[in-house]
Amino acid sequence: MTVSLRRDAPPAGSGAGRGRGPAPQPRSVRLLNKIKKGGLPYLFLLPALLLELLVHFVPMIFGILISFKQLTLFFIRNWTGAPWAGFGNYHLVVDVHGAVGSALLHSFFVTCAFTVLAVGLSWLFGTVAAILTQDTFRGRAALRTIFLTPFALPVYASVIIWAFMFQYNNGLVNELLHNVLGITSRPSFWLIGHNSFFALVIISIWRNWPFAFLCVMAGLQGIPRDLYEASAIDGAGIWQQIRRITMPSLRAVHQVLVLVLFLWTFNDFTTPFVLFGASAPSPADVVSVHIYQASFINWNFGEGSAMSVLMLIFLLLVTAAYLLGTSRRRGENA
Amino acid sequence: MPRKRGLMAPPPSFIWTRRIVLTALSVFALVPVYVMVSSSLKPLQDVTSTFRWIPSPLTVTPYRDIWYTVPLARYFLNSLIVSSAAAAASVAVAVFAAYAVSRYGFRGKRIFTTAVLSTQMFPGILFALPLFLIFVSIGNATGIPLYGSRGGLIITYLTFSLPFAIWMLTSYFESVPKALDEAALVDGCGPVRALFRVVIPAALPGIIAVTIYAFMTAWGEVLFASVMTNNTTRTLAVGLADYSTQNNVYWNQIMAASLVVSVPVVAGFLLMQRYLVAGLTSGAVK
Amino acid sequence: MRIIRVSAVAAAATAVLALAACGGGTSTGSGGGNTTSTTLTYWASNQGASLQTDYSVLNPELAKFKQQTGITVKLQVVGWADLLNRILAATTSGQGPDVVNIGNTWSASLQATGAFLPFSSSNFSQVGGESKFLTSAVGSTGAAGQPPAAVPLYSLAYGLYYNKALFTAAGITSPPATWDQLVADGKKVTHGGTYGLAVEGASIPENIHNVFVLAKQKGASFFDSAGNPTFTTPGDVAAVQQWVNFMGSDHIVNPGDAQYAQNQSLSDFAKGKAAMLLWQAAGTTLKADGMAPGAYGVAPVPVESGIPSASNPDSMVAGINVAVFKDSKNHAAALKFVNFMTSQSEQIKINGEYGSIPPVKSALSNSAFSTAEETVLRNVLSTSAVALPQVPKESQFETAVGTAVKNLFADAASGKPVSAATVKAQLSSAQQQMQG
Repeated sequence: MTVSLRRDAPPAGSGAGRGRGPAPQPRSVRLLNKIKKGGLPYLFLLPALLLELLVHFVPMIFGILISFKQLTLFFIRNWTGAPWAGFGNYHLVVDVHGAVGSALLHSFFVTCAFTVLAVGLSWLFGTVAAILTQDTFRGRAALRTIFLTPFALPVYASVIIWAFMFQYNNGLVNELLHNVLGITSRPSFWLIGHNSFFALVIISIWRNWPFAFLCVMAGLQGIPRDLYEASAIDGAGIWQQIRRITMPSLRAVHQVLVLVLFLWTFNDFTTPFVLFGASAPSPADVVSVHIYQASFINWNFGEGSAMSVLMLIFLLLVTAAYLLGTSRRRGENA
Repeated sequence: MPRKRGLMAPPPSFIWTRRIVLTALSVFALVPVYVMVSSSLKPLQDVTSTFRWIPSPLTVTPYRDIWYTVPLARYFLNSLIVSSAAAAASVAVAVFAAYAVSRYGFRGKRIFTTAVLSTQMFPGILFALPLFLIFVSIGNATGIPLYGSRGGLIITYLTFSLPFAIWMLTSYFESVPKALDEAALVDGCGPVRALFRVVIPAALPGIIAVTIYAFMTAWGEVLFASVMTNNTTRTLAVGLADYSTQNNVYWNQIMAASLVVSVPVVAGFLLMQRYLVAGLTSGAVK
Repeated sequence: MRIIRVSAVAAAATAVLALAACGGGTSTGSGGGNTTSTTLTYWASNQGASLQTDYSVLNPELAKFKQQTGITVKLQVVGWADLLNRILAATTSGQGPDVVNIGNTWSASLQATGAFLPFSSSNFSQVGGESKFLTSAVGSTGAAGQPPAAVPLYSLAYGLYYNKALFTAAGITSPPATWDQLVADGKKVTHGGTYGLAVEGASIPENIHNVFVLAKQKGASFFDSAGNPTFTTPGDVAAVQQWVNFMGSDHIVNPGDAQYAQNQSLSDFAKGKAAMLLWQAAGTTLKADGMAPGAYGVAPVPVESGIPSASNPDSMVAGINVAVFKDSKNHAAALKFVNFMTSQSEQIKINGEYGSIPPVKSALSNSAFSTAEETVLRNVLSTSAVALPQVPKESQFETAVGTAVKNLFADAASGKPVSAATVKAQLSSAQQQMQG
């Protein structure tokens, strides 16, 4: 990854037989060229850097600053004048004996469980579907379109339709489970109570597995056919091929995919917000909505920011651990 | 001797597994879509009563009403403009950045890539309000209207999709052999022309995949759109919520509107699919 | 590296700019000077069947205002999902409309931010003075002892809607006047798929509005006179328990109602699946759901005993207030506009269109508000309605207690007993969240 293109050296073999190379340039021009050469990658990066600074980093720093202030509704009009709270906000949200801290801790565990379950199953469905649709068969193109459809629908509509299906009295899910299939003895509640967690997981999987499908499908294209052919000649059956060839080759894709899905699902605000509104039932109280409630509903931005910063630290640690753990394999493939 | 069938033909057990699993997944994917379609064809009273598979009576009035209850056409246009511009700009910026990262070694590269990755972890809530404040102050100081304008939203969205775009494009670019670059440079191209002549065409499917991702990110974003737009610049993602009014939730219209606005997106997917899959050779594998 | 340094400087400059320029708008003080060719921006809330309805109701009135005063009013109708967020954004940045509608329960919180122009006696006199408005409505415009942050614009109260046919079939001759009667009537009607009462169990505002009134009827309040939360007093606990037990032990509410937050209870009432409903001005929605006005009757909400009065309330004061942003550059014009919107003729016209009740005394007696439904609600509003707590943490209170009630409904729906102890535990944890 550290190849430097050397542009000022004459390419090998081109000047042969033409006599001396180009005349030496004056010093100032050479200096300018050197700066241009050294500065070129920075120039390419500049737009990205400026945008990231403007939209991500500077607001983030403000956000972190706010977490050290007592920014409640009394001070919202002139936030620079809000009193400094030191670590006061942090003490409040970390104190697991207090109502705020214990609610946050509970929310954190719910979110972890939700993320692991939703990402795990999304990844599983996506990978399985991608592998199964690898070979050409009739209707494959149609299937691919069908699988990608949930991804194309607006989030609001998708969540609303599931909320609709999860209704107690007239919902499709209860209709199927209770009336048609007779699996449950009474209709269940899906939007309140314990099942609300599973409702959230199901919706998240429904929306996200097409993306996993897409990424794995793309990754599968990169596996050379001859590997399969060679193994078939050696007598490998299809399950063995999957285990020995397909999965190992996809390792790099999986690494990126799982990490990205984890981060997005953990931070997902839209799905639980549209499903439950600003106050989610306790079993499904994920951190993003929880923080929204502390900031935008209760107008206590200092507290909300402190919670966000803690979540950020957690995610940084998890990502670092994950990347370290999987980097060995990445090193093999690079 | 094994039974005479093609060497690569899958065994019956595999075919049956495939059929069952793919059917189950299709049902899972499609049932809500069907509910959407059938609900969009029912009068409001039917939608809120016992669920019926086939609408009866069947009515297309929701499809007419959606344009009046809410200025759907305007929201649609706003979303289209914002998402397309954000996607195009994001990819453009990402292409240059990814080219730099994949083709050059320079000081600070590690920091850059790590920093870019870390932005994926920022919870939106944390910087929604500060970003809004920054836009307002830029607007006050320079007169460039960022708050409440499509431009501000475009800048926000393009930056949201930038980290992942740079990440993925770097992978795709790295799979384009550097020998191709060097051949172009031998021919006298500057690095920029090498980028356009050689690298981009070779990585085109990857670029298209990333464009789709950037577009979808902007298309569905709710939190920032709700804070940063006014009635003229409102996007679809938040505009759909306006079908839920003081008195009534127009379920059938919500479904009809969602379908109407999804049709172009799904159509786009279909068209792009060819590029998406066919040539993503060794795309993200590296 | 040079380029990185340059961009770092640019970033720092942006940060400094943001720090300097944001926070506290550019207030120009009161009085806007020349008002003949001014433009005002007005954010109206959604009151009609759709946002477009609101535009068609309000735009003609704004044209009238321009004719009378030459002031142009630019209207934006903001949906409820966004209104509070947008007001927050306007408050923080100093950039917002001149005039805005707010839910009246937000008055005290928004007052505490200092974003709104206080209606001191001089400002109040520019819109007609305090006596122009219904006392109960004015009681919901800000904390006691401070000048109001807004003035009432549209008002509403809760009424008991009952299905005449279902009542007749069950042999009930008149609507219940006490809670005991309501439970008894509900039990008479409940059989098969029909239930006595429909509630929006997952709706935070509906839960709050009802339990607050129930508590008041028991002489309790969720806040003490100093504005501190007191959620666990016996009266509060009893109120919440009573409300949830309509489903839990009385069984006159369909367990499915515990998930309702999108006006499904109105739809159930309209379809005859529930015989009673406690709601504010449900007429328009019921008509849209297919129920003719003759099919239901409206009565005052029951009380514990006796007759409803100011000290024995049967409804909270519901409604919309209108406020002027302090950062507006046109205070005089804005106040003129508020005066216009609260004038007798406009109040009659607009409230008539929306089906709400004018909080302006002179408009109350108009025949437009003499339908059966409106008469009941009008009387309730004038005589026996009480304002929700006017404390800065009001929205926090709504979320905390509303969620507690929502959780209790979830328990009741799944068959768990709702005892005083469980209620107290939920309310206690809600109260602890208020300290945060």
